[in-house]
Amino acid sequence: MTFPPAASRRESRRRTPERRGAAGRASEAEVKIVVILKQVPDTETKIKVKADGSGIETDGIKYVISPYDEYAIEEGLRMKEKLADDSTVTVVSVGPDRAIEAIRTALAMGADDAIHVNDPGLEGGDSLATARVMAKVIRDHGFDIIFAGKQAIDLDQAQVGSAVAELLDIPQVNVVAKFELAADKTKATVSRRIEGGEEVIEVSLPALLTCEKGLNEPRYASLPGIMKAKKKPVKQVDLAALGLGAAEVGAAGSHVKILKWLPLPERQAGKVLKGMETAAAVKELVRLLREEAKII
Amino acid sequence: MDFRLTDEQLALQQTVRKFAQTEMAPQAAHYDETGEFPRSIIENAWKVGLLNESIPAEYGGLGLDGVGACILTEELAAGCAGMTTSMMVNTLGQTPILVDGTREQIEKWIVPFTREFRFSSFCLTEPSSGSDVASMRTMAKKVGDQYVLNGRKCFITNGGVADLFTVFATLDPAKGHKGICAFVVPADTPGVSAGKKEDKMGQRASNTTDVLFEEAAIPAENLLGREGEGFKIAMKTLDRTRPAIGALAVGLARSAYEHSVRYARERHAFGMPIAMFQAIQFMIADMAKDIEASRLLTYQAAWMIDQGMNASKFSAFAKCFATDAAMRVTTDAVQIFGGYGYSKEYPVEKLMRDAKLLQIYEGTNQIQRMVMAREIFKESQ
Repeated sequence: MTFPPAASRRESRRRTPERRGAAGRASEAEVKIVVILKQVPDTETKIKVKADGSGIETDGIKYVISPYDEYAIEEGLRMKEKLADDSTVTVVSVGPDRAIEAIRTALAMGADDAIHVNDPGLEGGDSLATARVMAKVIRDHGFDIIFAGKQAIDLDQAQVGSAVAELLDIPQVNVVAKFELAADKTKATVSRRIEGGEEVIEVSLPALLTCEKGLNEPRYASLPGIMKAKKKPVKQVDLAALGLGAAEVGAAGSHVKILKWLPLPERQAGKVLKGMETAAAVKELVRLLREEAKII
Repeated sequence: MDFRLTDEQLALQQTVRKFAQTEMAPQAAHYDETGEFPRSIIENAWKVGLLNESIPAEYGGLGLDGVGACILTEELAAGCAGMTTSMMVNTLGQTPILVDGTREQIEKWIVPFTREFRFSSFCLTEPSSGSDVASMRTMAKKVGDQYVLNGRKCFITNGGVADLFTVFATLDPAKGHKGICAFVVPADTPGVSAGKKEDKMGQRASNTTDVLFEEAAIPAENLLGREGEGFKIAMKTLDRTRPAIGALAVGLARSAYEHSVRYARERHAFGMPIAMFQAIQFMIADMAKDIEASRLLTYQAAWMIDQGMNASKFSAFAKCFATDAAMRVTTDAVQIFGGYGYSKEYPVEKLMRDAKLLQIYEGTNQIQRMVMAREIFKESQ
C-alpha cells in the first residue's frame, strides 16, 4: 500500500481562514474535532454471501464500530481532554438506521454530538461518493482536525479518509501511530511506522489523520457514559438537507460498481501420506510440494 | 409483554461483555490458581462504571434498576465468577444503607463510592450462625452514645479489602432475631480487623476472610433503622440482591455452555465431531434450555422488585433455580470435555468449582426452598 505524500506536499500552503470550517468557530481557543466513523460487521461474525451474489446475508449480524475508527474516536477524545477547554468532538457517520448504535457508542465513550447521514439514495455508493457526503457534512459543520480509521475492516478500501481530505483541500497523513498537537494548535507532529523505522511528519492544521493500531488504547463506553449518551444531540441528515444532487451520491455518483459477491472457496481436504517408509514419504512430500502445490 | 432489551440495555450489555471478555476472562485462570486478589482489574471495572451500579442518580450513582443490574452481572460472571462476586458484594454491603439508611447516612457512607475506588462488605455469617441468622453471637452493647461490637464474622467476601462494613450484631442473643441490629462500621475503626483468609474450592479470585470485632466502638448514629430491625434489614437486602445471584449463575453457566458447544464441534470421536452424537446433543440442549429459563426467572424477579412488588418468592425461585442449573450445566460441561474437562488446562473445571458456591451463599438453596414454601402456604391460607 502506498500513501500520497500529501502532508509534505501541502506543508508550505498558507492556512486560510475559510479552511478552518465554514461554520466558523466560537473563539480562537476552541478546537472543532471531527471523527469519521463507520459501522461494520463484528470481526467475529461469520459472513455469508447471499445465494444470488448480490451482497451478504445481514440477518443475525452483529455490528460494531470499525476497530480503526475506535482509535480515531479515542484520539479525538484525548485531544479534547488535553485541551481541557470548550473544544468539541463530533462524530460523523454515513449509514442506515442501525448505524445509530455505533454513533451512540461513540457518544457513550465521550464524544459531544454526532451527525448521522442516512438516506436510501446513498446506497451503493463507492468510496468517493461516500467521501463527497462526508466532506459536505464536515464542511457545513466546520472543523479544525479530522480523525478517521486507517481503513474500515469490512471492505478494507482505505479510501474515504483520503478522499475527504482531498475534497476539503486539506493535508492528510495516513496510518498515524503517534500524534502530538503543537502548543499553538496550528500544527501537529505525527509519526507513521515504516519499514525499519518511523517517519515523523509535521502537519499544519486543519488536517485529516487516519489512525493506526497502537496510536492509543480505546476506552470502554462507560456505564455513566451510556446513560448520558441518550441525551446527546444526534443530527439526522438526509440528501435533501445535505444539498447534494442524487447524481453525486449513491450508485449514481459512483465510479466503482460491485458486480458480484463470491464466497471464499471451500478449503480442500488435506492429503496424508500413509503407510510409507519415512524416506519415501519425504520424497513424495517434496515432489507434491514442488509439482502440485508449486510452493518450493 | 415485550421480552426485548431496550437500546440502552443492549449498549450496557455490549460494553460490559467487551470488558469482561477482554479484561477478566483472559486473567481468570491466573487468579483462580494463585488466589490473588484482582484489585487492578476491579479498579478498571470501577473506572468503566461497572461497580456500585445501584447507587441512585440523586447521590451521584448510576441508579441502575434491578433488571439492568442483572444484565451487568451476567456479563461480568461470563468473564469470571470469582471477580464478579467481589464486585457484587460492594452492592450487597451498600444495600442495607440504601434501603434503610437516612439521607445523612447515605450521603456520608454511600456517596464516597461514587468518587473513589473502594470496597464494601456485608458481615452477617458467623462460625456457628449461617442459615440460622437469629442465633448470631456478635454482640453490640450500647455504651453512652456509642455501640461497642465484639465477635467474629466468617466467610466474609471482601473482608480483607473492604473500606466499609455493614455489620449485623445482637443486643441480646436471648431475643433471637428481635435483638439483631445493623451497623455501618468503617474498616479503620479501632478493634476491627480481618482474620484468616479462606482457601476456597472455587471463586478463588474473591477475597473471603474472617472479620473480627474486639471492643470496636462506633457512634450511635451508625445504627441503621432502629434497634432490633437488623434481621428485617438483612432479609430485605437479600431479597433485593438475590436476582443478581441468579444472573451471576446465568453468566457462569453461559460460559460453560459456550465452551461446550465449541468443544463438541471440534472434538472428534469415531470419525466425527462429538456434536453429532445424541448423548452430547441432549446435554447441550438441556444446558441451553436451563440457561434461558434461569435468565427469564431472574429478569422477572428483578423486574418485580423494580416495580415495588413483593418478590420474596420469585427472588428465591430465581436464585435457587439458576444456581442449581449452573451446577448442572458446569458439571455436564466437564463431562463433555471428558478427561480434558477434569484437567486445569481447560477452563471448565474452574467453572464447576465456581458454580458450587452459588448454591451455598446468599442463602443456601435449601433456605430458598423454605422461603418459597413459606410464601406458598402463606398465600394459600
